[in-house]
Amino acid sequence: MDIFLQQLINGLVLGSIYALIALGYTMVYGILELINFAHGEVTMMGAMICIAVMGALLSAGGLPAIVVLALGLAAAISICMVLGYSIERVAYRPLRGAPRLAPLITAIGMSIVLQNTAMLIWGKQYLTFPKLFEPQRYEWAGAHVTSLQILIVVLAITLMGALLLLVHRTRLGRAMRATAQSPELAGLMGINPNTVISFTFIIGAALGAVAGVMVSAYYGLAHYYMGFLLGLKAFTAAVLGGIGNVAGAMLGGMLLGIIESLGAGYIGPLTGGFLGSHYQDVFAFFVLIVMLVFRPSGLLGERVGERA
Amino acid sequence: MSRATSSNKQSLLSVRDLRVAYGGVVAVKGIDLEVGRGELVCLIGANGAGKTTTLKALAGMLRPAGGTIRYDGHAITRRRSYELVSLGIALVPEGRGIFGRLSVLENLKLGAYVRRDTLGVSQDLDRGFELFPRLAERRSQIAGTLSGGEQQMLAIARALMSRPRLLLLDEPSMGLAPIMVQRIFGTIRRIAAEGVTLLLVEQNARLALEISRRGYVMESGRVTLADEAAALLANPDVKRAYLGG
Ligand SMILES: Nc1ncnc2c1ncn2[C@@H]1O[C@H](COP(=O)(O)OP(=O)(O)O)[C@@H](O)[C@H]1O
Ligand SMILES: [Mg+2]
Repeated sequence: MDIFLQQLINGLVLGSIYALIALGYTMVYGILELINFAHGEVTMMGAMICIAVMGALLSAGGLPAIVVLALGLAAAISICMVLGYSIERVAYRPLRGAPRLAPLITAIGMSIVLQNTAMLIWGKQYLTFPKLFEPQRYEWAGAHVTSLQILIVVLAITLMGALLLLVHRTRLGRAMRATAQSPELAGLMGINPNTVISFTFIIGAALGAVAGVMVSAYYGLAHYYMGFLLGLKAFTAAVLGGIGNVAGAMLGGMLLGIIESLGAGYIGPLTGGFLGSHYQDVFAFFVLIVMLVFRPSGLLGERVGERA
Repeated sequence: MSRATSSNKQSLLSVRDLRVAYGGVVAVKGIDLEVGRGELVCLIGANGAGKTTTLKALAGMLRPAGGTIRYDGHAITRRRSYELVSLGIALVPEGRGIFGRLSVLENLKLGAYVRRDTLGVSQDLDRGFELFPRLAERRSQIAGTLSGGEQQMLAIARALMSRPRLLLLDEPSMGLAPIMVQRIFGTIRRIAAEGVTLLLVEQNARLALEISRRGYVMESGRVTLADEAAALLANPDVKRAYLGG
């Protein structure tokens, strides 16, 4: 019982992070029907940039920890926004209207470029997230929660709420939904599809950057290759929720985090110790395969072909 | 032709030798059109004649293969649809192009996307609801759940939200019950009476000619007749081919 609650909490934390990244995949897919496989790398860049900037500020000294964190996060978000915008301009826009395989190949190319860029700048070793605060630990019904975990979940939920407001209550959000439904018709409303597409990449990248910082703060580490697995899991979360569906990405992310965490917690006892919690990553791929085989439209997704 | 071609100075829309192709297939083969300020002009012709293709080119959805389109004195031949809306051109596309998954109100707000005068937009919204009370009742309903006639009303109301000076209508009566057709035509008359310039594409040639000042007849990508609407209604060829005898 105690392990259940503990794993549920851990799962929610992971799930919040997956959900933030999954939003980047799903928003782009909703508008372009394109899977931006370079998105995981944007997340990685967010983590690396934040750590690098914080490291520089800390060694210069004199700034309070909270300011250091805020500046690191701001640098990560703004540079990733530029990256997200540039990726679309360079790798996808010239191929609009090309066969679907073409942007998929440039997406993979873009991932490799970003990974190698990170490797050239920061090397192959792990970067450690500086210890800025002494984390508080709370105990509740036998389970532990840290202040960092609470911060991650609260921040993620706040950002998701803000995104829902943006998508459903603003002029830009209306333009995004209109373009997702029919780019031709949206054009007749005076909506420039390129503007909407650029904003979609920029917003997705900003959320990805925050998620990257969260992961590296949570595990205390970042690495040039971390975007691959993280991206694949978030993509799984987007598929689980129904790719193209914003609320679906949030639900899928949370669920995947919980499935993974509970799976890792119980796989040992269930297999008599034969498999251990280091099999955690297997669950995401299991979920991905099951969804693609049995319900490719996802939990909240509509049937393919319903698009205008 | 001379009678139908009003002088260029008064024209809001002036099309010369317009050609539009889909890949190698030429659908519009060099047509001239003239629509004067405040005029209601119709474009009739059989299925596949090239009417929709013409309107799409005028609205910037298709790039012409040749010819020129002048609107209000500016050459707009290669402009994209999203650039033309703020110049005052709106198209109500064939087959009720509405955003089926958005609400009625959201559809209408999208019609006013290019406008920044919030007050004017909310006034026009009220006017739109006055013009189409059915839409007012259903303002928060998902547009895809409206009846065919209501969807057509929504498409027209939405186009009006951009305060167009030139409204292009593509077969607004298609697939509607007779009573609804009458209502849509009544609305078109009202819009014209308010001074909006209209180019109306219709398969229902009689109704279209009855409310228009002038008309063009299209046949396989070419304009074959252009005249006063009354003259076209009396023309034996037009009667035989488009007016059922
Ligand atoms: N997307 C398209 N691709 C290829 N050919 C098309 C396309 N749309 C229309 N056509 C062709 O262009 C011609 C004119 O079509 P259209 O403009 O829709 O005629 P109308 O609106 O007068 O019925 C037809 O022969 C039609 O088959
Ligand atoms: Mg047509």
